Amino acid sequence: MLRVDNSEAIPVEFSPELVAKFGDIVSRYPEGKQKSALLPILHLVQAEFGWVSAPAMDKVADYLHIQDIEVYEVATFYSMYFMRPQGKYMLEVCRTGPCCLVGAEKIMDHIEQKLGVKEGDVTPDGLFSWRGVECLAACGFGPVLQIGPEYTFYEKLTNESVDQLISDLKAKASN
Amino acid sequence: MARKLLLEHINVPGINTFDVYRSKGGYAAVEKALKTMSSDDVVEEVKKSGLRGRGGAGFPTGMKWSFLAKPEGVARYLVCNADESEPGTFKDRYLMTYIPHLLIEGMIVASYALGAKTSYIYVRGEMMPQIRILEKAIAEAKNKGFLGRNILGSGYDLELYVQPGGGAYICGEETALLESLEGKRGNPRIKPPFPAIAGLYGCPTVVNNVESIAAVVPIINEGGEEYAKVGIGRSTGTKLISAGGNVKNPGVYEIDLGLPVEEFLYSEEYCGGIANGKRLKAVVAGGSSVPILPANLFMKTITGEPRLMSYESLAEGGFVSGTMMGSGGFIAFDEDQCIVRNTWNFARFYHHESCGQCSPCREGTGWMEKVLHRLEYGHGKMSDMDLLVDVSKKIEGNTICPLGDAAAWPVASAIRHFRDEFEWHVTNGAEAVTRNYGIAHYADPLPKVEAV
Repeated sequence: MLRVDNSEAIPVEFSPELVAKFGDIVSRYPEGKQKSALLPILHLVQAEFGWVSAPAMDKVADYLHIQDIEVYEVATFYSMYFMRPQGKYMLEVCRTGPCCLVGAEKIMDHIEQKLGVKEGDVTPDGLFSWRGVECLAACGFGPVLQIGPEYTFYEKLTNESVDQLISDLKAKASN
Repeated sequence: MARKLLLEHINVPGINTFDVYRSKGGYAAVEKALKTMSSDDVVEEVKKSGLRGRGGAGFPTGMKWSFLAKPEGVARYLVCNADESEPGTFKDRYLMTYIPHLLIEGMIVASYALGAKTSYIYVRGEMMPQIRILEKAIAEAKNKGFLGRNILGSGYDLELYVQPGGGAYICGEETALLESLEGKRGNPRIKPPFPAIAGLYGCPTVVNNVESIAAVVPIINEGGEEYAKVGIGRSTGTKLISAGGNVKNPGVYEIDLGLPVEEFLYSEEYCGGIANGKRLKAVVAGGSSVPILPANLFMKTITGEPRLMSYESLAEGGFVSGTMMGSGGFIAFDEDQCIVRNTWNFARFYHHESCGQCSPCREGTGWMEKVLHRLEYGHGKMSDMDLLVDVSKKIEGNTICPLGDAAAWPVASAIRHFRDEFEWHVTNGAEAVTRNYGIAHYADPLPKVEAV
């Protein structure tokens, strides 16, 4: 399975503000242990660019003085890092047992129908994608979904609340 | 109503801010520990309390602390495991969201006890809102002199940082968590050496769950012996239980260990029974990895004793007829839930979350998922149940970390207790995709066995 998508991998530049944030993170660890900053830095990169491209990973490797492969192996291991571009709003719905007991599967069906795209695909307007994810530790308030990069939670979902959320996000995007 | 040790002030408006938390007696444990106790005294109190790790393993926290190696000139670390990912568990999220300073206070006291000068709270990456809450709380505490250099004039220095994960269940395993904190894939390490000898950056390290660290605060405030008076037997103190699934009142409850399960499940103070007036079919008592029990075996042990919410009582009967306290992720299944579908769902979870390091787990979790998928969708064979048990037995105990066991137990226990439902999925394949098996006899009272 192709995990890293290079088709849209245009060179990236890290702004001075972003690099300053990197520096703040690196200062949390002992001298020489700057690799510890890798996961938090990848989150910042994804928040900035919407996904984690190969050129971005190479630049992170340069910044942390580690090999490129050390970044690739981490970025592909953890489920939160997107290896290809996503919709502006990625709806991540919990699909694990406790949420399914209270109707998560029906919510996913509804989202698929509402957005008209399959899991992992992007709507033609580039606004939305969706996928099922594993337990989000909100089992008492299911069904739940989250939307990055803030990872805001939407709990006790119903078809109506999902419709409302999608129209709110559309309105937000057009402003 | 039982006294709350952790959540007493959770509903106080503004308790997430330093000032309100302080006005409710917050940070008294830091003052007491740093001003009047040696670090060994703190460890001793925690030992006396009988506190057991609240993340799932239930290992005595004080003992874990006393194993920490203290070589001269080598840094020591305390790492808080806030990678809460066990399906059914959401207590740590709750605690960090509403009363973050309790965790910060516990971290300061525990770090002092262990002699750590830098400590990390490893929070699962999806909990970005909680990460922001904790970072704000840390900044407040630092501003008030409870973190940083020379805390409260005691000469003790501590820096506390929050580290986000990247979305991987396996990082809740302590050595995988340390790998992740070092910026690597979350592959668990072979033990020994244990983290107490060689943990973060090869230095002696203690990894504790959020709730364990929070419990240190009441233990220091009231003394270990007082804390140990709450609870029952070796299950001392209070425990946060995340109640979910088909209970009427889902949420996080702080219970005295030893509370009868019947009271927890049916009293209005806690779960309030099963939602929509339905009957209870099954319970997963401690997070998805512990054995599932049918209603009758959950309410009473095989010998007919009422079961209690304690480490010992839940485990009564071993794997044959008992389960485990685990992380306190309490999932109730009503009469309309399908055990086969849920078992498949959990198997998919473990397959997805296996790190891939050990072949029994990497391959076995995938096989179990596929076999359960065909059973759920009406294409199973009668031999599949034995096949699943066989695969689960070949994973269990044959992997570096407990994820293999965690994947094996739910499958093995579901077949042990609900084999007739699995068989019905084979014999009535077409029907099984349109309707559920129902409650069968699982909720019946146990037959009374008379000695002859």
